[in-house]
Amino acid sequence: MLLIYCPHCQENREEEEFSYGGEAHIVRPLAPEALNDKDWGDYLFFRTNSRGIHHEMWYHAVGCRRYFNATRNTVTYEILETYKTGTQPTITGANS
Amino acid sequence: MSQNRLESHSGVAIDFTFNGKAYQGIAGDTLASALLANGVNVVGRSFKYARPRGIFGHGAEEPNAIVQLGSGAGTIPNLKATQVELYQGLQASSVNGWPSVNFDVMGLIGAFGRLMPPGFYYKTFMYPKKLWMTYEHFIRKAAGLGATPVEADPDCYDKLNQHCDVLVVGAGPAGLVAAREAARTGARVIIADEQSQFGGTLLASKQQVDGIAAPLWVASLVAELMAYSNIQMLPRSTVFGYYDHNFLTILERRTDHLGLISTRGARQRLQRVRAAQVVLATGAFERPLVFAHNDIPGVMLASSVSTYVNRYGVAPGNKLVVFTTNDNAYQTALDWQRIGREVVAVVDTRSNPCGDTVAAVKAMGIEVIAGHGLIEAQGSKRVKRALVAPINEAGTQVTGAVRRLACDLIACSGGWSPAVHLSSHTGAKPEWDASIVGFRPGDSKQQERSAGASRGTFDLMGCLSEGASAGAQAAMLSGYGDGNLQFPAIAVDEYSEQPQQALFLVPHTKTTSRAPSQFVDFQLDVSASGIELAVREGFESVEHVKRYTALGFGTDQGKLGNINGMAILANALDQSIAETGTTIFRPSYTPTTFGAIAGRDVNNLFDPERYTAVHRWHVEQGAQFEDVGQWKRPWYFPKQGETMQQAVDREGLAVRNSVGILDASTLGKIDIQGPDAAEFITRMYTNSYLKLAPGKCRYGVMLKEDGMIFDDGVCACLGDNHYLMFTTTGGAAGVLAWLELWQQTEWPELQVYFTSVTDHWTTATVTGPNARKVIAKVCSDIDLSSDTFSFMDWRDGTVSGVKARVFRISFTGELSYEVNVPAHYGRHIWEALIAAGEEFNITPYGTETMHILRAEKGFIIVGQDTDGSMTPADMNMDWVVGKNKAFSFIGRRSLQRSDTVRSNRKQLVGLKPLNDKEVLPEGAQVVFDAKQKIPMAMQGHVTSSYYSASLGHSIALAVVKGGHKRLGQVVYCPLADGRSIASEIVSSVFYDPKGERHHV
Ligand SMILES: [Zn+2]
Repeated sequence: MLLIYCPHCQENREEEEFSYGGEAHIVRPLAPEALNDKDWGDYLFFRTNSRGIHHEMWYHAVGCRRYFNATRNTVTYEILETYKTGTQPTITGANS
Repeated sequence: MSQNRLESHSGVAIDFTFNGKAYQGIAGDTLASALLANGVNVVGRSFKYARPRGIFGHGAEEPNAIVQLGSGAGTIPNLKATQVELYQGLQASSVNGWPSVNFDVMGLIGAFGRLMPPGFYYKTFMYPKKLWMTYEHFIRKAAGLGATPVEADPDCYDKLNQHCDVLVVGAGPAGLVAAREAARTGARVIIADEQSQFGGTLLASKQQVDGIAAPLWVASLVAELMAYSNIQMLPRSTVFGYYDHNFLTILERRTDHLGLISTRGARQRLQRVRAAQVVLATGAFERPLVFAHNDIPGVMLASSVSTYVNRYGVAPGNKLVVFTTNDNAYQTALDWQRIGREVVAVVDTRSNPCGDTVAAVKAMGIEVIAGHGLIEAQGSKRVKRALVAPINEAGTQVTGAVRRLACDLIACSGGWSPAVHLSSHTGAKPEWDASIVGFRPGDSKQQERSAGASRGTFDLMGCLSEGASAGAQAAMLSGYGDGNLQFPAIAVDEYSEQPQQALFLVPHTKTTSRAPSQFVDFQLDVSASGIELAVREGFESVEHVKRYTALGFGTDQGKLGNINGMAILANALDQSIAETGTTIFRPSYTPTTFGAIAGRDVNNLFDPERYTAVHRWHVEQGAQFEDVGQWKRPWYFPKQGETMQQAVDREGLAVRNSVGILDASTLGKIDIQGPDAAEFITRMYTNSYLKLAPGKCRYGVMLKEDGMIFDDGVCACLGDNHYLMFTTTGGAAGVLAWLELWQQTEWPELQVYFTSVTDHWTTATVTGPNARKVIAKVCSDIDLSSDTFSFMDWRDGTVSGVKARVFRISFTGELSYEVNVPAHYGRHIWEALIAAGEEFNITPYGTETMHILRAEKGFIIVGQDTDGSMTPADMNMDWVVGKNKAFSFIGRRSLQRSDTVRSNRKQLVGLKPLNDKEVLPEGAQVVFDAKQKIPMAMQGHVTSSYYSASLGHSIALAVVKGGHKRLGQVVYCPLADGRSIASEIVSSVFYDPKGERHHV
């Protein structure tokens, strides 16, 4: 079970307080209708599925109800950092 | 005094039974030591071949002595006799004995079992598939999995969450000194050991430590530790799992040793520990030697023989042969000699053993047969003799004549395997080290370090110094102390040892495939020839061979057999053990009870239950309840003698003909405020809310970005920049998270705030032609006339003296008022409405009638008629999708994807069975041609189906490929019983298709 530092609450909390929000830093296209099916499909369905460094959203569902981002190693499950939505990670891997 | 109990050893007598026979042990015994004291040779039979098996080990590694304790509700299967503490009145039985009843079946299987080669499961069980159920049934019954209690567990279990700075796993020499060094710094320390007593191997050691006998030294150290207030000492506590971020689970057995069905609180406690640092001092398992018929009762591990002699005062035989590849096992010969029993010989595979212990054995006049292998044990239910023969230096061939040694006990040792299990749980990959002939823990993946035998350090001096360093280091890294040792080095006898020989399969005069079985995994009857056969059949990967042969699949998880098995595999593949590698160990380290895992989260505490403010009224009225998420909702309100169908018929007709009342409080309610609220809501729903005025409501559908329906409900404008969003009962939390996601991560510039107010309000839906008359009796300050308060309006007002919001929204198709009051007034308002409606025979109805009424109207229920793959168009709800919205609302682009505009998508239709009293089963598949061959081309499925009392016939909603263009066609639902129900595709709106009734 992961121990996750919420950058809003500024505390380590147990994983069961959070829910997973999927890959972070995916920006919604500003003009979806301008995209063809393939490009819209890429936005909808395709994720990096990184082995190693991965930036992902977490939702402090039963805490502050805020979303934030985490940089997690998908092999070791180590969480290298957490940071607020709208800011950038300080740790990046080959895929980032 | 039992026959094998040493006279020097005494204690309080304890009565127990094994397989129905009465025996006596003494306090401090395990079930295994007590059985050995009583000369019980056979404790079970093996899985495949039904061979008699005896006690082989003395701890978690025991493969044979698997027992079931007690009977009835409190019975416990699958325990190792070596780990069961004896208590007065204990009743144990073998679980892997073939049942004595049912001789015919068992006789057949016994003969069949002889033919069970490796891969048996795949070759036999998987094909023909139809026989699998039969096989599984008898295998489970016959093959040692024990009997599961069928009654509720009478015991209670606890869970405890803890944090600590240093968790020390194992209280042998390394663990004890690690705990002392860590505790000394002030760090919060937990030390856990699976045994009843701390001390590990020292409890059975004849060595001197700091000038005193090892057990006495342990006792004084334990007393010293107990004086620290910052240490928790957990005996009878198995650390069985090491999970992410230094989260470990401990099974603490609190009352098991006191007997079945304890009345003294929790029987077991699951401790969930988050440790800053961990010291793994889990010791090592002695490795058996693989020789022919090494499974006959009377063959044991050398260290186990010594443990029974030294710790329990039990001599499990008379005439001992020691068979070893190393110096360590000579100690067993010395122990046996000391108690005055005969050591026939020590057989050593090495050609010229000459370490200190070897010399001591020779000095006692014991014969040492060097350069020999014990190639075969003989006997049936007990060892009678050992066959010994010279072998070559490499240990691969018998090189001379066979000699017979009469004996009744063989103590074997092939060296020691570090217990790397917990280290492996972290993801660390064990590394082969030829110098210790074993796998050492791999590089740490978490905040842990191994010390002592679990790290491959087997001498006592080394264990003590490593343990102390590990404890000090762990404390320092958790913020305590400077990492320097505080306590002086401990003096122990030192003696020189010679290197051991790496020997994993003892040669026989015959080849492996022709020699009598040389067992590698006793519990699952995996032999050396079986592993070689697997290689001949083409298996190369250790993980595949494991699954093919079942090596290590028993409840001992291969603690004894794995290394030998992998080495034999490596040899057969002509590669090194390091190249072959080991299988991955996973939790649990030893079997863990479901009771402990469940803890108190059982029965009514299994999951939280949510009640509305009117719940007690429903209970008083005899409502039957349905679980909707965590909510308990009234399902229907049966009157005396009514069936469910009769009750819902009555409830439904009451709504259609007069008035009914529904507790709709469970609907999710989200209060939304902020200057950008309307813009935000408009982006989330398919339709627009920009022009929704205060006092107005609108029904909306929410899509995921893929265009699929995700939730629906009414949203009301409460005032400027203030809205109330209703969600489905089950979707409330998900919708709130969804709103937060988009506002926080995509559009933080929109000023809008969300608060869940689901529990703050009681919602009473009054619906039916007489609804207005009922409301009029309890509400005087709202003009109820249809002109001023019309469909999809809401008003503030006072209902029965309580400030209320009244919504004219309808899920039944009838004139409806949803009265919302603060939940504290819930029951008051409910009873006031019931009283006001009495003259109209107001009828409370539950979710079943609600479902029927809405289905009559073709209103969908998200999650029942949709399944995450349905668009609004699929549901024939294009009208809810705003065509001219400026912003591309969530999901809109996906409604134009090639897949979502397909014409043959499954579309919502009504089904009317041709036999109009027949109710289709929900989930039934829809086909166009009932006479086609199986497998049929499935064209859709039934999503909702009921008998409608109002219409006088049954109705169903279904999704059918291209269904919107198939009105009037007949389709079929083939059922499991062979029938096929024909139905006509009709409009999904069965009742009041023009929607006139709710507009009155
Ligand atoms: Zn938080």
